[in-house]
Amino acid sequence: MLKVILRHLLLLMVCVGSSAQAVLTIEITQGVKGAMPIAVVPFGWEGPLHKPPVDIAEIVTADLHRSGRFSPLPEYDMLARPTDPSKVNFQNWRTLGVESLVVGKIRATTNNQYIVQFVLFDVFRSTQITGQTFHVGKVSDLRKTAHQVSDIIYEALLGERGAFDTRIAYVTQSRGPSGKPRYSLQVADADGHGPQAILNSSEPLMSPSWSPDGKKLAYVSFEGGRPAIYTQDVRLGKREKISGFRGINGAPAWSPDGTRLALVLSRDGSPDIYVMNLLNKKLTRLTRSYGIDTEPVWTPRGDAIVFTSDRGGKPQLYKVTLAGRQVQRLTFEGEYNARAALSPDGRLVAMVHGSGNRYRIAVMDLENGAMQVLTDTSLDESPSFAPNGSMIIYATESRNKGVLSAVSVDGRVRQRLVLQEGDAREPVWAPYVR
Amino acid sequence: MNILRKALILVVPVMFLAGCASAPTDTTDEGLGTDSSIESSGTETGFGTTSGSDDSGSSAQAMGLSGSSDISSSAFSLDDSDPANLLNKRVIYFDFDRSKVKSEYEEIIAAHATYLANNPGARVRLEGHADERGSREYNIGLGERRGNSVARHLGLQGAARNQLDVISYGEERPVALGHDEESWALNRRVEIVYTKQK
Repeated sequence: MLKVILRHLLLLMVCVGSSAQAVLTIEITQGVKGAMPIAVVPFGWEGPLHKPPVDIAEIVTADLHRSGRFSPLPEYDMLARPTDPSKVNFQNWRTLGVESLVVGKIRATTNNQYIVQFVLFDVFRSTQITGQTFHVGKVSDLRKTAHQVSDIIYEALLGERGAFDTRIAYVTQSRGPSGKPRYSLQVADADGHGPQAILNSSEPLMSPSWSPDGKKLAYVSFEGGRPAIYTQDVRLGKREKISGFRGINGAPAWSPDGTRLALVLSRDGSPDIYVMNLLNKKLTRLTRSYGIDTEPVWTPRGDAIVFTSDRGGKPQLYKVTLAGRQVQRLTFEGEYNARAALSPDGRLVAMVHGSGNRYRIAVMDLENGAMQVLTDTSLDESPSFAPNGSMIIYATESRNKGVLSAVSVDGRVRQRLVLQEGDAREPVWAPYVR
Repeated sequence: MNILRKALILVVPVMFLAGCASAPTDTTDEGLGTDSSIESSGTETGFGTTSGSDDSGSSAQAMGLSGSSDISSSAFSLDDSDPANLLNKRVIYFDFDRSKVKSEYEEIIAAHATYLANNPGARVRLEGHADERGSREYNIGLGERRGNSVARHLGLQGAARNQLDVISYGEERPVALGHDEESWALNRRVEIVYTKQK
């Protein structure tokens, strides 16, 4: 455990050197018994030049570890460090209780590119489960390759798609040299590495939402002194103002087909849910209540929207169909249920579940209504599902700092991503890039 | 005399802050290749700036006042017949998840309503805020509801609708940074910000 933390610290310093902005570190706050024992042997290096500064085995080990489904063998416990599949002595690994083994190597090609190869073995059967070769164009892509290796291993052993080679977006707030607040919209790898601020502002930024193709973010910015909704191409930086009506312009959410944006406007009175056609900017009003209707999210089929409303007195989750505008209340347990997130298969809804002074993340099974509280902190907010539905990332408060945390959907594994400076909030997990 | 002294005290820090606001800031890109950094625009940066303690609300509004127009100290004498103190009280506090204006604030609101009725050119911005608990967008809704609630009271007592502007910051701009009941109580508020005095 200590070793894992030390490794992360080393990575951390590397990153600090390259980009001065915030870096997240991962601490696993709660593990699982019965995680699958696996060993990822340090990859070999064949090349005339220096070894690349990216340790693929280390990244894969960290990925598998923080999924909570694997228990990787520490490097110092390894009896041998084979890098060639033909050199593996399976008896060595059986002795250590390892069930799966990963060996691999990196080779440099003549034009400064890399070839990464790995093999995954079933130790008890002494057989190869899978393996792959990657051609990598530049050093900076090696981290991505490592996450792809993790995804292949995860899927081969667990039968479900991995979500390591994905990204997250979140908002940070820090104080500038003059003490003025400074808000940034950040995009980072799912493990918190390589954060890049795609927007900086002295006014609040809120509610980032990914387009279904993972190329754009919609968000709320107060940059003109009033809230407005923008969309921004993450790679190119090109942005467009989508909505700047009188009153609230909030909580944007892309439809699953990417053609529409659900949003919240109060231009006609109290906050209500609207849908904007992104091609012609035409607005359709979906809800009409005297209460606060906000935080829309689309069902995966795009035929309904789940939202927060206090029309019944306290905030609870409701669902409205696009066709008939039929409204149905979804949550009844607890005095405060808000900020829904739907699992990719649409079966689970995660939410901020408040009782007394505690606001925690809960999930409800939409088929049978069973509710489970997943966290045990008290200022939790903004849940967002990984694109494979395995984890939920959310924001909480720890030692007077806003931090990001992730929890498995069954609540058994938790990890924390701590920002170096300032507060992190409103994490949103990007979809798989098609 | 007393009023004049107050005006001077308020105007001096304002000039300083206004200078800060218009100075170029470091908000442009940091070598990350971002195309769309926002420069702080200068025109409105003075509004609603909040800081530190309980009574910071009033100094923040003073910034807004002077930042937005060329006021002489006489312009700040918001009132010469009334006890001016009530007009200098510009923060209304609320109970948790509520937007009802408590009776203890009615006197303050009445004073502002009277001032607005007597100065048809004056404009206020009602900035609604919530404490950090719960979800952010719901809190934006709650902040707006609080702002509207104060606007309604001001309107009933003589302010014209076009003098009032409501904006909600939800939980995004706390004045107290603790995670306890005391801080939350200070953050559940509406700030009355004069953007034009007369």
